[in-house]
Amino acid sequence: MKKFASSLAIVSLLGLVFPPLVHAETEEEAVAKGLEIAQTAQDVKKGFGNYIAKQIMVLKDRKGRESKRELRVQILEVEEQGDRILFLFEEPRDVRGTALLIHSNEDQPDDQWFFLPATNRVTRLNSAGQSKSFMGSEFSYEDMNPPEISKFTYKYLRDETCEDLNCTVSERVPVSKGSNYSRQLVWHDDEAYRVWKIEYYDRRGDHLKTLTVSDYEQYLDEYWFAQTMVMTNHVNGKSTTLNWSEFEFRVDLDEDDFTQTSLRRTR
Amino acid sequence: MKAVFNNFTDATLAHRWWFLGGVLLVVGALSLGVPRVGITSDHFVLFSDDNPQLQTFEQFEDTYVETNRVLIAVAPTEGTIYTREALAFIEYLTEEAWLVPHATRVDSLVNFDHSEAIDGDLFVAPLVESATELTDSEVERIQDIAQNSRELVDRLVSQDGSIAAVVINFVFPEQRDAAVLAVTDYLQTFVSAAQEEYDGFDLYMTGDVVLQRTFYDATQADMFTLIPIVFLVIVVLTFALLRSLFATLVVTLLVVCTINTTMGLAGWLSVVLNPVTAGIPVIVMTLAIADSIHIVTSTLANMRDGMEKRPAIKAAIHSNVFPVTVTSVTTALAFLTLNASDSPPFHILGNFVAFGVIMALLLSFTLLPALLAVLPLKALAKKEKTRAPFERLSNFVISRRYWLLGGGVVVILVTVSGVFRLEFTDNWTQYFDERYKFRTDSDYIAENLTGLESWEFSLDSGQDGGVTDTEFLVQVDAFSSWLREQSEVGYVQTFTDTMKRLNMNMNNDDESFYRLPDDSTLAAQYLLLYEFSLPFGRDLTDQIDIAKAATRVTATAKEGMTADELKAVAARAEEWLRANSPEIATETTGFTIVFAHLSERNIDSMLLATVIAMGMISVLLIILLKSLTIGFISLLPNYVPAVLTFGVWGHFVGTVGLAGSVMTAIAFGIIVDDTTHFLSKYQLARRRGETPQEAVRFTFDRVGRALWTTTIVLACGFIVFSLSGFAVTWMLGMMLTITVIFALIADFLFLPPLLIAIDRRKI
Repeated sequence: MKKFASSLAIVSLLGLVFPPLVHAETEEEAVAKGLEIAQTAQDVKKGFGNYIAKQIMVLKDRKGRESKRELRVQILEVEEQGDRILFLFEEPRDVRGTALLIHSNEDQPDDQWFFLPATNRVTRLNSAGQSKSFMGSEFSYEDMNPPEISKFTYKYLRDETCEDLNCTVSERVPVSKGSNYSRQLVWHDDEAYRVWKIEYYDRRGDHLKTLTVSDYEQYLDEYWFAQTMVMTNHVNGKSTTLNWSEFEFRVDLDEDDFTQTSLRRTR
Repeated sequence: MKAVFNNFTDATLAHRWWFLGGVLLVVGALSLGVPRVGITSDHFVLFSDDNPQLQTFEQFEDTYVETNRVLIAVAPTEGTIYTREALAFIEYLTEEAWLVPHATRVDSLVNFDHSEAIDGDLFVAPLVESATELTDSEVERIQDIAQNSRELVDRLVSQDGSIAAVVINFVFPEQRDAAVLAVTDYLQTFVSAAQEEYDGFDLYMTGDVVLQRTFYDATQADMFTLIPIVFLVIVVLTFALLRSLFATLVVTLLVVCTINTTMGLAGWLSVVLNPVTAGIPVIVMTLAIADSIHIVTSTLANMRDGMEKRPAIKAAIHSNVFPVTVTSVTTALAFLTLNASDSPPFHILGNFVAFGVIMALLLSFTLLPALLAVLPLKALAKKEKTRAPFERLSNFVISRRYWLLGGGVVVILVTVSGVFRLEFTDNWTQYFDERYKFRTDSDYIAENLTGLESWEFSLDSGQDGGVTDTEFLVQVDAFSSWLREQSEVGYVQTFTDTMKRLNMNMNNDDESFYRLPDDSTLAAQYLLLYEFSLPFGRDLTDQIDIAKAATRVTATAKEGMTADELKAVAARAEEWLRANSPEIATETTGFTIVFAHLSERNIDSMLLATVIAMGMISVLLIILLKSLTIGFISLLPNYVPAVLTFGVWGHFVGTVGLAGSVMTAIAFGIIVDDTTHFLSKYQLARRRGETPQEAVRFTFDRVGRALWTTTIVLACGFIVFSLSGFAVTWMLGMMLTITVIFALIADFLFLPPLLIAIDRRKI
């Protein structure tokens, strides 16, 4: 016992003398590895061109009561620029045909337009971007959009198993002060760099939400897309589930299908 | 029975050390529970689970959002809030408020989502951004928008623009008490740090979260200040009455043992204290002391009359066992009736005081004689008879009996008329007096910024997605307009305003479009558009339920309304709905309404119980006094004091809350003791063949002093109670003090003339 205690003392003494050195090395490595994971995960997703899919959004409150929406989503990759995204509502019936068009921009707020069939007009929506709630769900816009690499600093933390796979857990901390999060933890698998889980920590550092991603399917023999995304808010007990289906890739879509004038034609 | 008791007393005295050890062991074991007594900040403990108003409110909160709020009011010491400095300060507070533990939403004019149409584009942005860099014209624009916004004025900015509010909403975890403490502690530091950093602003804080903290603080304050004061009062009074150090020590020890076992048991049973139950120790101490004073006084008197110590103790026990048991049992019975109250803390209060009273009784016949036996008591020197004042009093009462009777009736009638001026009200904003910052801040905010009481309505369209049905919207809008017309109503929050604003925005800010859309589909699409622009952490559910079937209308009350006025507006609103929009008619709910009904529900539940308890105790008296006439006469001095107190209260104070509902039951159990003592001695004399006059004289001689001293003790104990800053406690203390004094006056000045006038029995 005494021996153990004394060796413990030596170890902690060593720790006192050397920590900056030891720490700095692993820290640097961890940061590099974290960035690499994020970059690879981003890269492997590029190149699908475009797709359309069906999205069912289920909002659930803490008592388990639900409300459901059905949307059609079109996404187009545009090189050197952000993606073009079009959300087209199908259910509930009274908002059928309502559309939201987003041009995501790398360095400035996204451009948004919406079309209300009842007014038959396209209106540009200027709203202070990323910190918005995504259509009143537990997702915010910043959760939905694939984050720009430069908007975070990264750090690899540890390995963990997830869904029978080996996963890395990395931390990313937003660079801008505008974010609603102090940090996020992301679980990527080693195999294809798919995201399985993200934990969101609020500005106080409390665990606010968890996103779990599942039911991955591979398309075009290359790209993995999840069919189920569940965002659970641990504070208010609410959750939002996104069910994706009916993916169709490399269909006949180009930039002309993502313009203000095209919005009117969406019906 | 008597023989058994005598043997028991003999055994107590013979094996006094064993008795001492044994009793102290039991007392000690129970006392170990004292540190386990907790304190709660949950103000909903005042309500029973099956309280219908609370149930409706909980359902309401389930549908929309839990209301845990803190409102911080910002008042620049000079000028308005429309300066760069003030806006920057509000911006700072709004930003930093997100860091308060458990905060889920922060609202102020700074992050208010202002929407406007510019060249056909819709701009939605926080009203104030980067306040320090604003130009004068931008500040002017902000002022113009804010002061004309229906959604801001009277809610987040005052009408004259001199005060702004930052409202923080919280969602609390299971451990509410700890969360409330954490939040309020944090806010305290936060507010003082903010005030230090920015000069020239006054900050005020209110909201139900602050109320909960004050609830906790008040419980603690009452425990830690009132108990020592009562204790001191008791020790001093006992010494003044007994004039013996050791006798005072004995009485004090007995009180300590009683209080420790009572609170110890509470601890073992995991009782959590709140401002109501914090009164248990004070009441128990006040009541517990009477038993032992009676016995010790008798013992000392017996020794003074030349008896040896042990026989003196035995004789004292013997002569007191009957009256002390009867009075303890009636007191305990009265406190047990509090179980009928609709407010659970009063069950706890009643049960533990009843336990304490019985505990005091038991200790008086076990620990007390054993203690007296082991301590070196000295007989007091014989004093001249001190009965003179009471003899004079009895002569006075007998000779002036007609005047007293007549005068008494007049006084009673005049005083009782005050009962009709009484108004029962419970306002959460007025539960604490000015010594609590919560109260002064709340008063300031209510007076200068926004009302704190509100009526909530959940209007249900009856079908999923029905909130955007134009017919429904028109009805909601009409109801909201009606609410705005009511003189009692300040600010009204309704979703139809949002609809109108969106309609105007979508029509290039043309003011003629500030009206509801005339097409349900369009309204539904506006609602979706509104959801597109919601800020982080927000969804519709604070205004519209998840199925989009129902929406909420909130009307804020103007300042200083009583429960009756609040209830009257609620009733009028419900009636309006029934008459004009029967399909969406609903009950009024909200925090305010739940409190407004609290007293009324309690009075309803206590009324029958009080009458039953009174009946039981009266029957008990009739049996004990063995006379129907005397039993009936006893009703008068037992009931009249409480009624007189309500009368006095009606004349001089006017409003009474929860305290009023339980006062009668408690007071009755206490003052019945005086009457019992008085009438039992009177009966004794009458049975010996004395005339009523002679019997009255005898009674004054025997119990005059005892009644006088116990009344002093009770009045002193309860007056300390009224030092509390919690309305229910101080009102109860004040009313009980007045009642015991009235009871003594009734027993001394009114009962004897009445007896002489009515008691024509030949015995």
